[in-house]
Amino acid sequence: MSKIKYGLLTLGLAFIAVGAHRGEAAVVLKKAIKICLECIGVG
Amino acid sequence: MKRIYIQLLFFLSTNAYFKGFIEGKIFKGQSKFMCVPGLNCYSCPGALGSCPLGALQAVMGSMKFQISLYIMGILMVFGTIFGRMICGFLCPFGMIQDLLYKIKTKKFKLPKILKYVKYIVLIYFVILIPTLFTNAIGVGDPGFCKYICPSGTLFGAMPLLLKNEGLRSALGLLFTWKTFLLMIILFASIFFSRVFCRVLCPLGLIYGLFNRVSFIRLELDENKCTNCGICAQACHIELDPCHDLKSIECIRCGECKSSCPTHAIERKVL
Repeated sequence: MSKIKYGLLTLGLAFIAVGAHRGEAAVVLKKAIKICLECIGVG
Repeated sequence: MKRIYIQLLFFLSTNAYFKGFIEGKIFKGQSKFMCVPGLNCYSCPGALGSCPLGALQAVMGSMKFQISLYIMGILMVFGTIFGRMICGFLCPFGMIQDLLYKIKTKKFKLPKILKYVKYIVLIYFVILIPTLFTNAIGVGDPGFCKYICPSGTLFGAMPLLLKNEGLRSALGLLFTWKTFLLMIILFASIFFSRVFCRVLCPLGLIYGLFNRVSFIRLELDENKCTNCGICAQACHIELDPCHDLKSIECIRCGECKSSCPTHAIERKVL
């Protein structure tokens, strides 16, 4: 069980690094700094 | 420290852009590339970080990506460390439901079959709508945020619309539906504990999948347990902590631990 926990944690950190490297964090930031009209029910 | 204070402190610290509430604007700082763990809409005027579910749908619905490794990684890290304790301690909408449930009325049990609805919400609204139902330029809608999320309606829509006449003039049927859904959930939260978490929340479901493996967890010492049943009575999620501490449904609030007369339930780390 311990190996699974550490394995998942490591894999998660690796996904974050790869995802950020390929530009996903920038997509998140771009979306988050504008009012999300869908989220507030404007559509 | 009492759980409600931790919930409140965390909400205030992750939504500390108070100027946003006064001016009816959202925070545009760089910290928003990071996700907070709970269901905290990035259109809440105070939000300093992003909602992981909103971010997941935004990336999956973008023209460039179909899968979000970044957000999957964030969910895996949060989930592996905390499991669904995030729901119990760090989610603002969970906090609201807890406060409403404190209102002294008769309380009711939730039909167990309703817990499967959130699987449909996760698959259809969170995954399929952003990836499959795209517009002419290939951008998909954040299905859960758009059609369901009550946290976005309460913490995002309400404070922004209060201050923005332009936004108010653009309201239509979608807002009516979301407000109606929010009201139903808030009303139901008075009578059913954590009704949104148990029936609809796909983020809680994702974290719950990590309950079996998370570092921070609750464990039962069977040598101390007398099967008195007090913990099951104390559990607001209607679980039996003697058997269900690793259940996907457990939000790790610790009510069972506090109520156990023999201290048989302990919180473990690592």
